[in-house]
Amino acid sequence: MYVAVKGGERAIAASHAVLAEVRRGDPSVPVLGVDQIEQQLGHAVDRVMAEGALYDRTLAALAIKQAQGDLQEAAFLLRAYRTTLPRFCASLPIDTVRMTIARRISATYKDLPGGQILGPTYDYTHRLLDPTLLDDAPVPPAPRAAEPVDPAVPRVAALLDQEGLIRPERGDRDAEPPDLTRDPLTFPAARPLRLQNLARGDEGFVLAMGYSTQRGYGGSHPFAGEVRYGTVAVEIVPEELGFAIEIGDIAVTECQMVNQFAGSRTEKPQFTRGYGLAFGHSERKAMGMALVDRALMSRELGQDVTAPAQDEEFVLSHSDNVEASGFVQHLKLPHYVDFQSELELIRRLRAEVEERVAEPNREAAE
Amino acid sequence: MSLPGYNFAYLDEQTKRMIRRALLKAVAIPGYQVPFASREMPLAYGWGTGGMQVTAAVIGPHDVLKVIDQGADDTTNAVSIRRFFALTAGVRTTERTAEATIIQTRHRIPETPLTAAQILVYQVPQPEPLRKLEPRETETRRMHALADYGLMHVKLYEDIARHGRITLSYDYPVLVNGRHVMAPSPIPSFDNPKMHRSPALQLFGAGREKRIYAVPPYTSVESLAFEDHPFHPWKANEACGLCGATDSYLDEVVVDDRGGRLFVCSDTDHCTTRRAAGHRGAAAGHALAGAGE
Repeated sequence: MYVAVKGGERAIAASHAVLAEVRRGDPSVPVLGVDQIEQQLGHAVDRVMAEGALYDRTLAALAIKQAQGDLQEAAFLLRAYRTTLPRFCASLPIDTVRMTIARRISATYKDLPGGQILGPTYDYTHRLLDPTLLDDAPVPPAPRAAEPVDPAVPRVAALLDQEGLIRPERGDRDAEPPDLTRDPLTFPAARPLRLQNLARGDEGFVLAMGYSTQRGYGGSHPFAGEVRYGTVAVEIVPEELGFAIEIGDIAVTECQMVNQFAGSRTEKPQFTRGYGLAFGHSERKAMGMALVDRALMSRELGQDVTAPAQDEEFVLSHSDNVEASGFVQHLKLPHYVDFQSELELIRRLRAEVEERVAEPNREAAE
Repeated sequence: MSLPGYNFAYLDEQTKRMIRRALLKAVAIPGYQVPFASREMPLAYGWGTGGMQVTAAVIGPHDVLKVIDQGADDTTNAVSIRRFFALTAGVRTTERTAEATIIQTRHRIPETPLTAAQILVYQVPQPEPLRKLEPRETETRRMHALADYGLMHVKLYEDIARHGRITLSYDYPVLVNGRHVMAPSPIPSFDNPKMHRSPALQLFGAGREKRIYAVPPYTSVESLAFEDHPFHPWKANEACGLCGATDSYLDEVVVDDRGGRLFVCSDTDHCTTRRAAGHRGAAAGHALAGAGE
């Protein structure tokens, strides 16, 4: 029995010990270095940083090691650490136009200012297992372009903006943005809060929600206007200086979906956009997020809210995998007190039903 | 302060202040769910993070803490939470209800009547009593604001119409201070009457759902019912096999695979105290009484 036993404390300690042993695995196999995870499991690190809502590659790699590669558990470790950190200030908004681009594609234009840059992608790999990776074969160096990438590459949405064909982004640039981690989520949620929620939301959930809009549950006719991945500078304005300084670079993936929109009672026919941003290289996440962001704008655009992905209470309340994982798994905790009361209730109800069934039978027999 | 690198009781003072503000509001409006900026805790959501944040916000170095889960001090999660505060706050812990100044609980109210010097902190999985009837938060908040509880009364009425009785046995909704319908957390309905005009301060923390609510001392807490179908706090119609108590909530323990059952007090401190005072049940001396006996 795992409950109601004396010595729960000893059982917990023993469980921790066996966990450490299982985590290490066969001691004859060399131990996995955090630097190896950071370097060679980059997408795992990116996902953990995004869902853990903390940009720190080394700590994310440590969390992955500690969680035996369980990425949701790793994101939880990072979140629990993040919440203890003091908050010095908010950065200026990052400027992805000035991104040092490693990859940038647009599906809406054949060519465009700044060009199409494939960069590192699995998109055109044949998904055949590669046995050469079983060994430590040397990797030949990748070719380099003769020309550097433009230092400022305009976004596709800006091109449509010039023609007035895309709905301008509204919102007060100078307003202090709400902070999901400092205020509880309340509904209706403004777009900045929705985006914050989706940015740290579970990749699988966000992906599935985005996918559902493509299959007819709140369709929004999306085009991948642009996906770009690279590093951007993070700037802050320290109070004592009064001007912006760079504090470092972070890698992000940004997606701008362009959606056809035939108009509604309140809006003209135009293109609309959905926005996705994720730490690191996470195109699946950024694209799913952009689809869901657009779906969640239905209310503002005067569209009917009929599909799950358009329903902000449904999406935003269930996107967080730290919350979801905890609550689903809390069912492992003992519930024998409430179960006991249900047991008593079911017995009483059954007894009453049996009584009722027995009575007419008796009458019939008489 | 006993865990280097962390503040007393883990949370930083700013966070505690934020929680205390929510608590003050909660006490001022009994039964009203106050949204608060719940933090991630080093324990999974659903495992008592709300209760832990409330405890962390109200505990001081001279407090004596008791933690129970299902009425027992020795269930694994209760052990884990008790150890967390022993480590981060260095406070004295106890298994004795009467000795504790703060009792954090999951799913039970201790059998020993509480005093005005005690705070009972409930861990709450779902703070919204109307959630099973209406999934939308925007709707349920409106219903509370208007004291529009018709939906709940219809549910209870339909229960009676279909089954001859109300089919809620735990987390049985209560009306607090004659105004707000409140989820008492998944305590058995047997415990509901203990909340009514309790001298102790009762605080409720729902971490994942980011809500805090409270029942101040000596506040009316009424279990919902109808005049012709009064509330009835059920328990197993047995006596505790270990201490012989007939007035405590009992757990049913399966003792063999031939239908053997043993009923024992869910409140382990209550049972231990009674046995120490010489009370004996029909199965006194059973292994369930624990190795410590």
